[in-house]
Amino acid sequence: MSETHLELTKVGIEFPTPKGPFRALQDVNLKIEEGEFISLIGHSGCGKSTVLNIVAGLYGATEGGVLLDSREVDAPGPERAVVFQNHSLLPWLTAYENVELAVDQVFKKTKSPAEKKQWIEHNLKLVHMDHAMHKRPDEISGGMKQRVGIARALAMQPKIMLMDEPFGALDALTRAHLQDSLMEIQKDLNNTVIMITHDVDEAVLLSDRIVMMTNGPAATIGEILKVDLPHPRDRLALADDPTYNHYRSEVLRFLYEKQRKVEH
Amino acid sequence: MNPLKWALVEPFYKLIIGEDRKGQLNLLTKMLGLPLVGLLLFLLIWQGASTHINTSLGQFPGPVQTYEQFISLNQEADEAALKEAAFYQRQEDRNAARMEQDPNYEPRVREYVGPPTFFDQIYRSLVTVMSGFILASIIAVPIGIVIGLSANAYAAVNPLIQIFKPVSPLAWLPLVTMVVSAVYVTDDPMFDKAFLNSMFTVLLCCLWPTIINTAAGVATVTQDLKNVSQVLNLSWWTHVRKIVLPCSIPMMFTGLRISLGIAWMVLIAAEMLAQNPGLGKFVWDEFQNGSSNSLGRIMVAVLVIGVVGFVLDRGMLLLQRAVSWDKSVALR
Repeated sequence: MSETHLELTKVGIEFPTPKGPFRALQDVNLKIEEGEFISLIGHSGCGKSTVLNIVAGLYGATEGGVLLDSREVDAPGPERAVVFQNHSLLPWLTAYENVELAVDQVFKKTKSPAEKKQWIEHNLKLVHMDHAMHKRPDEISGGMKQRVGIARALAMQPKIMLMDEPFGALDALTRAHLQDSLMEIQKDLNNTVIMITHDVDEAVLLSDRIVMMTNGPAATIGEILKVDLPHPRDRLALADDPTYNHYRSEVLRFLYEKQRKVEH
Repeated sequence: MNPLKWALVEPFYKLIIGEDRKGQLNLLTKMLGLPLVGLLLFLLIWQGASTHINTSLGQFPGPVQTYEQFISLNQEADEAALKEAAFYQRQEDRNAARMEQDPNYEPRVREYVGPPTFFDQIYRSLVTVMSGFILASIIAVPIGIVIGLSANAYAAVNPLIQIFKPVSPLAWLPLVTMVVSAVYVTDDPMFDKAFLNSMFTVLLCCLWPTIINTAAGVATVTQDLKNVSQVLNLSWWTHVRKIVLPCSIPMMFTGLRISLGIAWMVLIAAEMLAQNPGLGKFVWDEFQNGSSNSLGRIMVAVLVIGVVGFVLDRGMLLLQRAVSWDKSVALR
């Protein structure tokens, strides 16, 4: 077994509210190896995004902590790139310029202007956006925006990529295309990824492990499911695969039997 | 291609090539016909009303008298230009003659000092208003950005803004006058004191709308974009330059346009009181002059003030359109 890349130890967080502190997370423990693809799944409001934001450094944990390569995470940084749910591209910059902003920041001193240009174009090509790289976000579709968001994260050459429901706002077909693109990229780059999702198929298709979270408040990790399917995976071939369907029903059982969402 | 110009030309062009004649005529009626009808009605009412108003300086000027005064102001300006040219010509001739007699003679060049013409006054007013406006913007935009970024700074500055914003700048004028005459003491003044008085008064009233709107613009930066900035570890300066500024430009320009509009209104009053050369002083002098032409000339000034104010606002609008990234928003 290889060394632990990212480690969450007894992570908990409380948010102050007018009615007193609200405990969102409690005792979250997770070890992730390099090159692993992890999905976080759970009902909405269970604190998936909070976990991601703590790893990103956007929130500080109330107790416990996060280690990345044995160094404590206490602030945001480009080595933990985030792909945001609603793409978060700067609307006044083109796709190219959006990636450029990240590249200029991360490779300020290490790449020459020509190398930067090549690197930006390389990453836009990876997500199949090289044909529209000089278009602004309002000129391209939602799926394309998210591709640019992924290119921006990839271009930071992060140690770990954090994806916050990256395909949640897209229609089913576009989502499938982007999942295929993501698998293709993973085959080459083998990034470490934590992805939040509420889509069971997406989780089983993409992940090496699925982390299922209990309902909040004081949410924590309920079960972890190891998905032992060989890469590369093909959605059509897997549709009738009994192992795939077994994993799928495991996740469904967790979500709809053990952690049935109680609507208030 | 300028969409403004195009919108004006298009219907004529289509009319000529015979495309959708009826639609183009309808469009032209809306674009040109209705404003013309409004203008015509206004002129009729003005003409009708003015014949019924008699003042101690004669009848209230109607459109015709106003136009006559405009022509006479033009003539005066032409005559003044001729006089000036003649003055310099005489001076040159005189110097040339002296040089011929005595090669060592150093020619002296005196500047022409005649009374300012109406058009000089317009120019002076524009210089004053733009100086005050630009200086105010240079001060107000950074303040707006800082208080927009920091809730604490906003809480500290906001009460001051709320209190000073409604103050008529003319209330400041006496104070500004006293401070300028006390502080600006020099043997060789670069600026006229009356100019500084009006300029600072304009400046004081330009600050507030720009500060408030810039701060509001900065507040439109969403948490998502702030997160991007944090993940990228952008420095404060890069964050402001790359994210905050572009995001707040539409609101900032709204503030700048309001400021310039107020500045132009305030300037006229400030010039009257500070006796700074400009349109305000022109109006005041004509009022004091009390000739039978005075009211007509004041009416010309009123219309010119309106037109200049309109042109200034259009200029700001074009600038705003040019720098705004969000072209989908109709700016008017």
